[in-house]
Parts: sequence; C-alpha cells; structure tokens
Amino acid sequence: MNSAPLPRWSLLLLLTIVVLAVVVPWISPWNYYTPSWDELDLEPTFVNGHWLGTDDLGRDLLVRLMWGCRISLLVAVAASLTSLFIGVLWGATAGYAGGRVDAWLMRTVDVLYAVPFIPFVIVLTVLFGRNIVLLFVAIGAVSWLDTARIVRGQTLALRQREFITAARVGGMSAAQIVRRHVLPNLAGIVAVYLTLTIPTVILVEAFLGYLGLGAQAPLTSLGVMIADGAAQLRSRPRLLICPALLLALLVLCCNRVGDALRDRFDPASGGGA
Amino acid sequence: MSAVLALQVDGLSVTHAAADGARTVVSDVSFSLPRGRILGIAGESGCGKTQLLLALLGLSPPGAQVGGSALLSGQQLVGADRRVLRRLRGNRIAMVFQDPMTALNPYLTIGTQLAEVLQVHRGLSKSQALLHSQRMLEAVGIDAPARRLRQHPHELSGGMRQRVLLAMALLCEPDVLLADEPTTALDVTVQAQILDLLLDLRERLGMAVVLVTHDMGVLAQVADDVAVMHAGVLVEQGPVQQLFDAPQSTATQSLLAAARQLSPTAQGLV
Repeated sequence: MNSAPLPRWSLLLLLTIVVLAVVVPWISPWNYYTPSWDELDLEPTFVNGHWLGTDDLGRDLLVRLMWGCRISLLVAVAASLTSLFIGVLWGATAGYAGGRVDAWLMRTVDVLYAVPFIPFVIVLTVLFGRNIVLLFVAIGAVSWLDTARIVRGQTLALRQREFITAARVGGMSAAQIVRRHVLPNLAGIVAVYLTLTIPTVILVEAFLGYLGLGAQAPLTSLGVMIADGAAQLRSRPRLLICPALLLALLVLCCNRVGDALRDRFDPASGGGA
Repeated sequence: MSAVLALQVDGLSVTHAAADGARTVVSDVSFSLPRGRILGIAGESGCGKTQLLLALLGLSPPGAQVGGSALLSGQQLVGADRRVLRRLRGNRIAMVFQDPMTALNPYLTIGTQLAEVLQVHRGLSKSQALLHSQRMLEAVGIDAPARRLRQHPHELSGGMRQRVLLAMALLCEPDVLLADEPTTALDVTVQAQILDLLLDLRERLGMAVVLVTHDMGVLAQVADDVAVMHAGVLVEQGPVQQLFDAPQSTATQSLLAAARQLSPTAQGLV
C-alpha cells in the first residue's frame, strides 16, 4: 500500500473525542440528568469543577456534552452497520444474480427511495413512541439504499472480471463465488463508504434531534443539545457553541478519514490493491 | 473410432439472441480429441473460438442457444444439469485463461485460490489442499512454492502467474484442458517456457489439450492437430504438418501468410 498518508491529526482528534466521550461521564462527579438548584447557569470555571459551566437546570455541561456525543456516535455506528449489512447483501445479490432477480431487488430500492424520510420517522414515533432504537431503525432503513446501489454497481463490474469466470470454470457455485470472490473485493469500497456514512448519519440524527424527534430528555444527543442551545442563544451562547463545535469537529474528522481511505482504495489514484 | 476419446464434439452450434434476430457465433463444429493429444484451434479475432470453449464449459452467456453434442469421456456436456456441470468444471475439464493478470483474484493469496478448487471438488481440508497445491506449483516449475502460496497475485510476475493458473487448472488432473490463448499476454521467452511446460505436462498426465490461439507459430511448436475456424465454422482440420504444408482454405492461407509476414526469416514454420 503506497499512497497519501492518512490525515493523522483528524484520526488523532477523532480518537480523542471518542475516548473522552467514554471516559468523562465515567469519572466525573456529576451525571447528566440530576438538576441542581444551587448551580443554575454557572459560567465555566475550574474552581468548582464545572469546566464548561452548567446549563439552565444546573447540570454539568461537559458531562452532558460527552453523553450527547456518546449517543450520537452510538446511533451513527449502529445505523451505519445496519445499513451496511442490508445494503451489501442486497446489492451483491442483485448485482451477481442479474436478470430478473436484479430487476426486482433494485425496483424495490427505487420504491423505498420514494418514501419521504421525515414523515416516515414521524409515523414511526407515533406508532412506537420515542425510543433510541427507533432512531437506528429509521436511519438504517433509509441509508442502506445508497449502499445497495453502490455495491450492486461494483458487483456488476466485478462480475465481468476474468477471475470470476475463472472461479466459475473452477466449478464454484454462485454462493461460493459471492462469498469468496465478490465480498472480499468489495471490502475496500465498503470500508470507505462506512466512514463516509457515519458523519452523514450523525448529521441526520442531529437534524432529527433538532426537530424534537431525537433522544428523549433527560438523555441527550448533540442534535438535541444544539436545538436546546439555539433557543437560548442570546442568554447562554455557550449552550449552543459547545455542542455545535463538537459536532462540526466530529463530522469534519470523519469526512477527512473517509476521503483519505477512498483515495487509498481508488486504483486510479495509484493506491490500493 | 479408436480407444478412448477425451472429447468428442458433434455439430456444436451457439446462437445468441440479438435485437435484430438470432446470431450464430459457432456453427456446426465437429471434432474429436483422443487422450494425450493437443488440438490447436486457430482463427482470427471474433471468429468464435472463445465462444466455443465457453459452450463446452456450459458457460455461454444467458440467452444463448447451444445445440449439438459434446461428450467429455462419454459424458454429455450440452444441456447437462447445472450441478453436473459444476462438478465437472475444474475437475474433469479445466481452463487456462488468456490474461494471467486478471484471472487471479487480487485480494486472495495464491494458496487460498488454489486450495479452494480442491476443497470444492475433493472435499480436502484447507491444510491438505495447501499441501497438494504446493506440490502442483512445484510441478509447474515454480521455485519456493511454499512461499508463493502465501503471496498475493501482484507479487508475482506475469509468467509466474500463468504457471499458477496452469497449476490451478491441473489440480484435479482433468481429462481435458482448454487453453484460451495462454501465451498471448506473455513475452516471447516466457511464452516458450509455458509451451514447453504444457508439452511436458501433457506427457506426464496424459491429458488432452485444446489450445486456442491466433498465433500459427505457437501451433507449429506444440499442436498435433490443427483446426482452423472462420466466422464460426471449422473450415479445415488435419494433422499440423499437412495443414501447414498444403493449406486448403483461404482462411488458413491468410493466417499462415500473416505469420510469415511477421517473421520473414522463418520461411518454413514447421
């Protein structure tokens, strides 16, 4: 593997954020849900241990921020993996089988594309109540469509390659070929797509949170915090600035890593196998 | 009809469905191939050579109509059940591809790719299969075979990869080996090595080889019999010497003329 180095700083920053999100709520003396009437609205200070101050209910902002980060990342990773799993299986099957199977599978995808996302999520919340698992399902159910299309396209191209014919001449069955020859060759593009899906999902989750369809209070996510913070922009700007900055950093780092991975796997840019 | 015929093809034809009606790409091809002999099939690009091979393997593109008969050691290939064909492919009939650069999966090690053939057909465990693969790599003249098994295709040279493909095709000791321009993508010295290897293996394993090429020089070197194909039809076939000395059809004559033009010093190719 020769090619552009991974963006070291982005990777490092991403890792730091993840570690902090895991560790800080753990070791901090405060939790994210208990309001404290004596500590409403403190400015950031090192004296009392509220490094980023407290919010309008007296809860430590740093701890809440890290919890929000946890939830956002959790939703992002879970939803991305879900979409990856469905999308890869669906796309690889369609692409390799071809013909009528392909047509049916991909027309299904087309139909699902036409389902409007926000009303879909609203209907889900009405039916099942607000639930963090629902977020995974909703986002995963929508984002696998792109994955399926991309994977199908790649599989179509792969199927024309001679080593696939060679495997057929060798007497492999379709299932064996997909498992042993198609899927490994998709690994590169899928890894890239995963790193590019995660930031998208983080943003979608933030968007849903902003609409009030996200995590249920007192639990929070970056999107929910931004929505709450925006309402108090005049009086307490740091309630907006802190989560917004963290979200921006997170998405930026993920995108940078994803771009670098894509370059690395793109044969045209001289990297990859 | 003498002894055992490895491959007997009778009136084989392949027709593709096209937008403006059917198009016949292989038409009424017949030949027979005893064990241990090499049949060269020559013809210009697009004359249906590869389509013929694919039809023998039951791998004609979807929608293609294959007619006639092809017997592999007595077993009918045309219209055979998919499962039956899958058991035969790679096992009793194998193929070597033209381009060794693309016929190996770049993401898997040589060992994995060789072993999987044996795992599928012989039901060997991976370690047994690897051991057998290593012996086969040695047989096709690859040095340090144990190390090669752990390498990926891009770490090998073109000639070495073609040897690997040959080893892969030979793993189950097939009755018939189909070679689709196995030397076209290689440079001349490597080409000669591969052809020598083919002759040597034919001798040792007693298999029949169908060698497809448009290079008459190659055929002169290794083939016992030659069939010339033109526009989907076998226009002429016979022992190599006879065909080169007294070509009957214009297709054969022009192929020979083209070969002589490329190497004017070699007047007689045989």
